[in-house]
Amino acid sequence: MGDLQEYFGETHEMVRQTVRRFVRKEISPFVDQWEEQGEFPRELYTQAGETGILGIGYPQAYGGSGGDLFVKIAATEELMRCGSGGVAAGLGSLDISIPPILTLGTEDQKRRLIPPVLKGERIAALGITEPNAGSDVANIRTRAVRTDRHYVVNGGKTFITSGVRADQLTCAVRTGGQGAKGLSLLVIPSHLPGYAVSGKLRKMGWWASDTGQIFLDDCRVPADNLLGAEGQGFYGIMENFQKERLQLAVMANMTARMALEASIRYAREREAFGRPLSGFQVTRHKLVDMATQVEVSQEFTYRVAAKMEAGKNQFKEISMAKNFACTISDKVTHDAVQIHGGAGYMREYLVERLYRDNRILSIGGGTQEIMKEIISKQILN
Amino acid sequence: MNIVVCLKQVPDTETQIKIGPDNKSIVTDDIKWVINPYDEFGVEEALQLKEKFGGEVTVVGMGPKRVTESIRTALAMGADKGILITDDALEGSDSLATAKALAAVLKDLEYDLIFTGQRGVDDDMGVVGPALAELLGIPNLSLIVKVEAAEDGKSVKVNRPVEGETLVIESSLPALITAQKGLNEPRYASLPGIMKAKKKPLEEKTLGDLGLDAAQFGEGARKLKILEMTPPPERAAGKIVEGETPQEKAAELAKLLHEEAKVF
Ligand SMILES: Cc1cc2nc3c(=O)[nH]c(=O)nc-3n(C[C@H](O)[C@H](O)[C@H](O)COP(=O)(O)OP(=O)(O)OC[C@H]3O[C@@H](n4cnc5c(N)ncnc54)[C@H](O)[C@@H]3O)c2cc1C
Repeated sequence: MGDLQEYFGETHEMVRQTVRRFVRKEISPFVDQWEEQGEFPRELYTQAGETGILGIGYPQAYGGSGGDLFVKIAATEELMRCGSGGVAAGLGSLDISIPPILTLGTEDQKRRLIPPVLKGERIAALGITEPNAGSDVANIRTRAVRTDRHYVVNGGKTFITSGVRADQLTCAVRTGGQGAKGLSLLVIPSHLPGYAVSGKLRKMGWWASDTGQIFLDDCRVPADNLLGAEGQGFYGIMENFQKERLQLAVMANMTARMALEASIRYAREREAFGRPLSGFQVTRHKLVDMATQVEVSQEFTYRVAAKMEAGKNQFKEISMAKNFACTISDKVTHDAVQIHGGAGYMREYLVERLYRDNRILSIGGGTQEIMKEIISKQILN
Repeated sequence: MNIVVCLKQVPDTETQIKIGPDNKSIVTDDIKWVINPYDEFGVEEALQLKEKFGGEVTVVGMGPKRVTESIRTALAMGADKGILITDDALEGSDSLATAKALAAVLKDLEYDLIFTGQRGVDDDMGVVGPALAELLGIPNLSLIVKVEAAEDGKSVKVNRPVEGETLVIESSLPALITAQKGLNEPRYASLPGIMKAKKKPLEEKTLGDLGLDAAQFGEGARKLKILEMTPPPERAAGKIVEGETPQEKAAELAKLLHEEAKVF
């Protein structure tokens, strides 16, 4: 018999415990309140920063905590246990906005723009999506025109996670001509004149995360904040996507797992026609299907992550993993609400939130359809 | 000030415990293991004393290999080195045998203070701490919620809550303290701490290494035998008090509280 491949070792378990305790103490008791308020307190960033949770996966040289992809996965899984995808998304907005700085930035930019975010002192967001450019990233219209030491930026971004409170925005702008080649990434501090923010966008799920719209009106950004060379923006954005998709797959798997666990508990407790729901074969079999799907999806995601960790290109596979995980979490959260009956429609029950929070996962970080475009190009061309 | 903290690994308090087919043990397959919460108070207190007085904090654990994870967690919190007593012959040892094994490690260490938890949250015996102090011939300060060490680091003043009052005890060092809830708020192992802990020394010792006789340990040597484990009784269904008026309901409730619940 060959060796059993384990993805999580001692370090991962220790990280898991730290994050689990952090969640139990600093998040879970307040999470319902934050959901209703539509945001969590800023201090949560500094607390998570001090504990080193925000720094997972980033080099120690820039204030990171180090750790491989599975440390990140363990931490994300435990963070999701708070039951609010919005809290995880809000704390996680740095994970989409910092990587391009690491990939394209100069030493000076890394030292300036990364450590305060990993400490939780500054909130970082990523601004790609515009009212007229979502999936079609290459169609971005926000324009940045170079003067001698600045870029003058005009345009706007929408649906930006942590966008209302962000102190810095890693922002996709057009510095050149049409199409992908004309795009660049610019880090824009939110205190600059010409940078304005909408109120919190009201949305279906992720309530505890402040999603905002950003308006850039003759905003003069120091040219020092351009990441890489002009025209490297599209590459920076695409590089970023692999890990974001992994992150979303992990979130989908955890959403499904929690919905499953809540359903098992409920099916044991709730009685109808003189017996617990778990006494009906229909319910039992439904729970079995849910459990099987969650297990398979999680294992596949882990496998793809292990290959990514080993340095293999997984562009196709991670898109498959994200799509698969989201399809499963769509199905499982739907069934979980069904098993809960009317209670599943009530805010008091976790599955109600899981059902809503889940919906974004197959839209953000590249929609289900865009994932399929990526996969089809690889298997057909 | 050199401090030793003895640490037990126990099932996470939020784990659903299942009794095994032998009715004498629990199913350990899916259990998440953590540091016994009372021991964690000991780790935290030791770290705070170290921050004040300097010195080293050594963590000693006993059990299967998985216990290294808990010891490393204490190292990640800030302890300096760890020792794990691990030996197949230890499986099933009772509290007294555990104290003997710990004493064998401790006699070779330099220490001013020893912390144990006041009890393990798994078996709730509360024996290891006092037994260890006895074996080492040092004072035992049980159920402590406050520790103040003298400036010269030669004695301690500690508080034990007794029936709503506080007993203040002074002791020379070395001494053993069993930690009670309320002593402090343990820190988390931070991520940088966890990464650093990988490089801290963690030694493993077998009974042979400690010069101990395997026959005195394990299931066979137990002075206390577990006869049976039973789950707590299921909670009975609630009762709805009947009555036409509030007065009637109150009277019925009072009657039930008196006759059935026997609260007065
Ligand atoms: C809660 C939330 C948080 C977000 N956070 C961020 C953030 O932090 N930063 C950021 O930049 N963006 C963020 N977004 C935006 C998100 O990335 C986009 O919504 C997403 O990429 C889809 O773009 P779109 O909304 O413009 O949809 P569209 O691109 O208009 O798509 C509409 C539909 O058409 C389909 N479609 C589009 N093109 C094709 C095609 N070629 N073939 C087949 N079907 C196609 C899509 O799959 C989709 O079903 C967030 C969105 C939400 C809802």
